[in-house]
Amino acid sequence: MNNTKITVKNLDLMIGKHHILKDINTSIPEKKITVIMGPSGCGKTTLLKSFNRLTDLYPEVRLNGQIMIDGKDVLHTREDITKIRKKMGLLAQRPYPLPMNIYNNIAYGLRISGRKRKVWLSKRVEFYLKQVSLWEEVKDRLKEPAARLSIGQQQRLCLARGLAVEPEIILADEPTSSLDPISSQAIEEKFIELKQRYSIVLVTHILRQAKRIADHVIFMYLGRIVEQGPAEEIFNNPKKEITMSYLKGKFY
Amino acid sequence: MKQILKVRQLGLDRYLKAKLHAGWMMACLVLVMLLPFILGVGLLLKSEMLIRDHSLLDLIFSKEWKPLSGEFGFYPFIVSSLWVTAAALLIAGPVCLLTAIHLTQYAKKYVLRIMHPVIDILAGIPSVIYGVWGILVIVPWISNYLGPFFGKTTSGYTILAGAIVLAIMIIPFILNILIEIFRNVPDELSEASLALGATRWQTIKFVLLKKSTPGIISTFGLGISRAFGETIAVLMVVGNVAIVPDGLFQPGYPLPALIANNYGEMLSIPSYDSALMFAALILFVVVIVFNLFARALIIRTDKHN
Ligand SMILES: Nc1ncnc2c1ncn2[C@@H]1O[C@H](COP(=O)(O)OP(=O)(O)O)[C@@H](O)[C@H]1O
Ligand SMILES: [Mg+2]
Repeated sequence: MNNTKITVKNLDLMIGKHHILKDINTSIPEKKITVIMGPSGCGKTTLLKSFNRLTDLYPEVRLNGQIMIDGKDVLHTREDITKIRKKMGLLAQRPYPLPMNIYNNIAYGLRISGRKRKVWLSKRVEFYLKQVSLWEEVKDRLKEPAARLSIGQQQRLCLARGLAVEPEIILADEPTSSLDPISSQAIEEKFIELKQRYSIVLVTHILRQAKRIADHVIFMYLGRIVEQGPAEEIFNNPKKEITMSYLKGKFY
Repeated sequence: MKQILKVRQLGLDRYLKAKLHAGWMMACLVLVMLLPFILGVGLLLKSEMLIRDHSLLDLIFSKEWKPLSGEFGFYPFIVSSLWVTAAALLIAGPVCLLTAIHLTQYAKKYVLRIMHPVIDILAGIPSVIYGVWGILVIVPWISNYLGPFFGKTTSGYTILAGAIVLAIMIIPFILNILIEIFRNVPDELSEASLALGATRWQTIKFVLLKKSTPGIISTFGLGISRAFGETIAVLMVVGNVAIVPDGLFQPGYPLPALIANNYGEMLSIPSYDSALMFAALILFVVVIVFNLFARALIIRTDKHN
C-alpha cells in the first residue's frame, strides 16, 4: 500500500557490556508520521541516532544488523556517511543552536555542502525561516547570536536548519518536550504539514500528541519493539498487556 | 511584656550576628580584592629609589646591565622572558589543543579515564624536577643534535631549552582545563552539526572550537601568566646571560631568574635591591595586564556567540 523508507532488520546495539537495542525489526513508511513510544530509557533516542549513524560519534557503541534506507544498508555501505546523514534532518529533545548567528545557523549546512553564493544563500535562509514561520520574528536580527532567541524560536530554527539541507526524512526526538504549549502546537502543526513531503519519525511520550498525529506507531520496552502497526490499531486495540497499561498511563 | 522584649532582644541579637558575619565576609572580600593592589604598591615603593634616578624608558629599553656602575637596563631580561614564554606557548598550545581534541572527541572513554590521573600527576611534579630533567636531557640534546642540525654551536643552555622545559611544565596545566572545556560542550551540539552533513573535522572546527573559543583564550592567557612567572626550572636551563637574545639558540636571562639568582646578594651595590624589586614590578604588571587582556577578549567573543 505505501512505500517503505527505512527498513530495520535484526538490529542489535551494545554500549560496552550493555545490550541497549535488542533485535529490532521494523519499517518506516514513506511520507507518514511514525511515532515511537515507550517509557524513558527504553532506547528510543538510541534507535533514532542509529538511523543516521550518529552512534559513530561514540567509539564504545557497537551495532549489528541492517538499516536499509532506500534499499541501501547504511551500516555497511561504502558511501560517504555525510551524504547519508544529509538525507535525515534531526530535531533533538532540546534546541541546540550552533554557536553562531541566526543566519549562519541556517547557512551552515548549505555552506558545508559547498553552496557559497551569497545571494542564493540569503534566499534559501529566508525561504526556510518562512517555512517554520520564524521569518517575521527574526528578519531584523539575523546577525544576532541564535542563543538569544526564546527556546520555542530556537527549536523552530533547528527545524529550519535541518530542512535547509533538503532531507527526505525527519528524525525528531521528543521535539516539544522542552517547549511551551503554543510552541509545541506550532511544531506539531508543522509536522502534519511536512508529512506531504517528508517521512517523519517522531519520538514522543505525550500520548495525546501521538494520538493526534501518528499514522504508524512503534511501541518499545526495555530495548525491544513490543508492538507496532497502524495508529488506530495500536491505540484502540493493543494486543500486548504492556502496551495497554502504558496507554492507560500506568507507567512512564 | 517581658516576652516581647525577649523576642525583640533575640531578634536584635540575630540581626547583629548576621551583620557581623556579613561584615567579616565583606572584609575578606575587600582584602582579597585589595591584595594585588597592595602588592603592586609595595613593589612600586620598593623600587622607587631606582625609578627616581632613571627614566622609565631607559630602564625598560636600555640594554646595558652594569649594576656596579649603576646602569640598570632591563631590556635583555624582558626580551628573554618574552622569547621563552612565546616559544613555550607555541610548543604547548598546539600539542594541548590536539591532545584535548583527540581525548575528548576520538578516544574511547577509558583512555581519558587513564589519562586524567596521569595528567594530574604531571601537573603536581615540583618544577625543580623538570629543571633537572631539562639539564640531563634537553640541554645535551640541543647541544649535541638540534644545534648542530641547524648549524649552531651551543652549550645547550638556551632560550629553546627554557622554552621546552616550560612547555612541558605547562602542558598538563593547559591540557587539564582544555579537556574540561571540551567536555562541557554538549554532544548534542556536535550531533546537530554531523546530522547536517558536516564531517567530524568540520564539526570540531566550526562547532567545538568555536563554542570553546572564550575558554581556550582564557586558558592560554592563564598558561602565559604561569609561564611568564615560572622561575626555577627555566633558570636551570636557560643560561642566565644578560644579553639580548636574538634567537632560540642563544642563552637568555628571564626576569624571574634574575630576581631568584640575585635577591639577597650584592647588597653592597646601591640600588640593586631596588632594581630587583623593579624587575618584580615589571613581572607583576605584565601578568596582570595579560590577565585583563584575556578577560576582555573573552567578554567580546562571548557577545558574538
Ligand atoms: N553513552 C551511553 N553509555 C551507556 N549507556 C547509555 C548511553 N547512552 C544511552 N545509554 C543507555 O541506553 C538506554 C537507552 O537510552 P535512550 O535511548 O536515551 O532511551 P530513551 O530515549 O528511550 O529514553 C538507557 O538505559 C541508557 O542508560
Ligand atoms: Mg530519549
